[in-house]
Amino acid sequence: MGFQPVKFYQTGTYTVGNRLLAADESSVQAGEHRANAINSGHRACQGCGEALGARYAIDAAMAESKGQLIAANATGCLEVFSTPYPESSWQVPWIHSVFGNAAAVATGIAAAMKVKGRQDVRVVAQGGDGGTTDIGFGCLSGMFERNDDVLYICYDNEAYMNTGVQRSSATPPAARTATTMPVGPEPGNVFGQGKNVPEIAMAHGIPYVATATVADLRDLEYKVRKAMNMHGARYLHLFVPCPLGWGTASHDTIRIARLAKETGMFPVFEAEHGEVTGVLKIRHKVPIEEYLKPQKRFAHLFGKHAHPETVARLQAIADRNIRKYGLLEAEEFENV
Amino acid sequence: MSEPFAITLKPGTSLTNLTGTWRTERPVYLDRLPPCNNACPAGENIQGWLFHAESGDYEQAWRVLVQDNPLPAVMGRVCYHPCETSCNRGQLDQAVGINSVERFLGDEAIKRGWKFDAPASASGKKVLVVGAGPSGLSAAYHLARMGHKVEIHEAGPLSGGMMRFGIPKYRLPREVLDAEVQRILDLGVTLKFNAKVANIEQSMKQGGFDASFLAVGAHIGKRTMIPAGDAAHIVDAVSVLRSMEGEDKPMLGRKVVVYGGGNTAIDVARTVKRMGAEPIIVYRRTRDRAPAHDFEIEEALQEGVMIKWLSTIKQADIGKDGGEITVEKMQLDDKGFPQPTGEFEKLEADSVVLALGQDVDLSLLEGVKGLEIKDGTVQVGTNMMTGHPGIFAGGDMVPSERTVTVAVGHGKKAARHIDAWLHGSEDKPSPKHELVTYDKLNPWYYSDADKTVRPMLDIIRRQTSFDEVQGGLDETNALFEARRCLSCGNCFECDNCYGVCPDNAVIKLGPGRRFKFNYDYCKGCGICVSECPCGAIKMVPEDI
Repeated sequence: MGFQPVKFYQTGTYTVGNRLLAADESSVQAGEHRANAINSGHRACQGCGEALGARYAIDAAMAESKGQLIAANATGCLEVFSTPYPESSWQVPWIHSVFGNAAAVATGIAAAMKVKGRQDVRVVAQGGDGGTTDIGFGCLSGMFERNDDVLYICYDNEAYMNTGVQRSSATPPAARTATTMPVGPEPGNVFGQGKNVPEIAMAHGIPYVATATVADLRDLEYKVRKAMNMHGARYLHLFVPCPLGWGTASHDTIRIARLAKETGMFPVFEAEHGEVTGVLKIRHKVPIEEYLKPQKRFAHLFGKHAHPETVARLQAIADRNIRKYGLLEAEEFENV
Repeated sequence: MSEPFAITLKPGTSLTNLTGTWRTERPVYLDRLPPCNNACPAGENIQGWLFHAESGDYEQAWRVLVQDNPLPAVMGRVCYHPCETSCNRGQLDQAVGINSVERFLGDEAIKRGWKFDAPASASGKKVLVVGAGPSGLSAAYHLARMGHKVEIHEAGPLSGGMMRFGIPKYRLPREVLDAEVQRILDLGVTLKFNAKVANIEQSMKQGGFDASFLAVGAHIGKRTMIPAGDAAHIVDAVSVLRSMEGEDKPMLGRKVVVYGGGNTAIDVARTVKRMGAEPIIVYRRTRDRAPAHDFEIEEALQEGVMIKWLSTIKQADIGKDGGEITVEKMQLDDKGFPQPTGEFEKLEADSVVLALGQDVDLSLLEGVKGLEIKDGTVQVGTNMMTGHPGIFAGGDMVPSERTVTVAVGHGKKAARHIDAWLHGSEDKPSPKHELVTYDKLNPWYYSDADKTVRPMLDIIRRQTSFDEVQGGLDETNALFEARRCLSCGNCFECDNCYGVCPDNAVIKLGPGRRFKFNYDYCKGCGICVSECPCGAIKMVPEDI
């Protein structure tokens, strides 16, 4: 783990704030004067993980850049719910691009700022998993390859949600989407396809790659702040549950994100120049069923026509993540 | 809209879209009743005083504590802490050491000389309190803080009642008791010793008292018929413990048989062990059925007290130079009652101490109209008043569990009702908040922290001296222990609701002022309720 957690003080650094901590030890989100990058009145669904994740990330970036921030935004839920004409929720300089070119637009902004001598202005590009791992992937890889001075944030809710829950290359195996129906011998999304973009980003050797979830705010803020203090291409992959697309209760958004991390399904780590430098350890390991069962997109794996062998394959993925990244306390990880 | 279409929009203009209209349920903040507060017989606001201790403000913590209980240093030693038994943290790792933090605060108050706040104004009313035990002292304290003039009439030569004459020194050092009693007297309470009230109505009339609170306790040891050659060697436990406080220590010999399985039996056995004797407890049932608290039995066994379970004393043959007793072995029947087996055994014995419970001395109530006495105790209403208007009673003399904590609670409750009665009104306690159970909490957010273990005296010194057995916490580990509190059901301003709202619909009001919802934009997703660590928010349906 990269940041220094407060071990005790009742709730330590698990909670957003803590009255027993000094102001400078507290989170950006606990502050009365946080930027509130996405204002109230946006049209995201009840319990939207992406709306929450975007405020967490952009507020932290705003705090670190002292308010000198420009955001480019790919098409996707985040754009649709935040900016329906004639309203916008954004309280940062924000530009809408098309679905596939947020990274390229951000590159252009960064170049323009450099020409203008505005080294103080920092640039963020953001998009969903569709705009990042599928449609915008070429632009993103180019941005990495040129090492442009942009922090790219992918809000991963594992499918195309705003168009009606179609599969993306970030959709997990076995999940039901509108295009991967739970029918046939291997219901839901197929195994063995899809992209692990954090690892692909690492393969570009860029200065910083990190994953985070909306369930660990302090870890997320630490990673955004760290990224904002670096230059060159940086990539943050943020896990944001989608109550609508995943079929979860709106109040369970954070719990589901926590379970994704605690089961090992979503490894939370950071890497510099292609090398893993830190992982957020699993605190209380739980079996994969705990993560799958509250989600209707995995409902076909349980009940009358259960698929225990499919559940076992998903468990194997989680176990591989745990081994690969050394997510359990007892295990040593050679790269750390 | 003066802006050109789809070129630029003003920041934050989504505020015109009142997403609160989507909602079918709304979150509301509430204070729920923590299980510790609910379990405390003295009605302490435990979560409330721990809140202040958590930030290191021990004086404020103590001041909140003594709003309900004037004897924290005593209570932190002798209370059987039902609060800890019910503590929600017990389901996470171990219960919060509430009792040890209470003791720390009590000791800190004595060390630093903190005093009670004087009453704001005098009421002009006079109240007589009979008995200077925990219940009488508690009532006197609360009445004095309400502005009434209080006189305590104590039959004996010292204050404290059973805290002094029932609880051995190794559990409650006398200087601690004296300090806490003195602080109550410093409020202006008059305490008269050797002032036995023979007739309550007469005493009230003579002294011009407007009301009285009776708390004479239960200090007459129950006897049972044991055929004995020489009855001089059969004594009762209460008088043994009482004589420990005087010059003449009891002469019990070397082999002391203690008859009974309650806390008093354990206290006597541990006391005589410290005086060099070899105590053996004889009890008719089994350990798990003994009324004594198990930790006390455990501590007694550690100190070398012998216990003979499933046995009754049939006969005692003890002369000047010692003798023996005959015990009969028992066995439990289907219903758990002990039944004789006809098997006998002889035990060496120099004396037998009966610890079979205590009766109340009700002589002061003779001739008082309206009083109801049942099973040797005075019956009181829910307002602690006896059948005779203006005479209230509490502590061991009324039907209830006989502990210091219950007695202190009676004193407080009676004081509130006496105060209301003196003002010609009725004390109506505000309705209790709903209890917060473990399933209402989100334990993820609490740091992992095991309970602090209190130091125990070396076994050798426990067998030979009356030094206090259990040690206290120092400032660092008391702070740690206080911070283990989950603050069940009561907001402790962790900012979680403020942080986790995807709609920015929680308004932070600043330190000490908590939060409020902005219902114009709250969509009713309920994340704040799920992620509140302590269960201080709930969803309620909207009127649709």
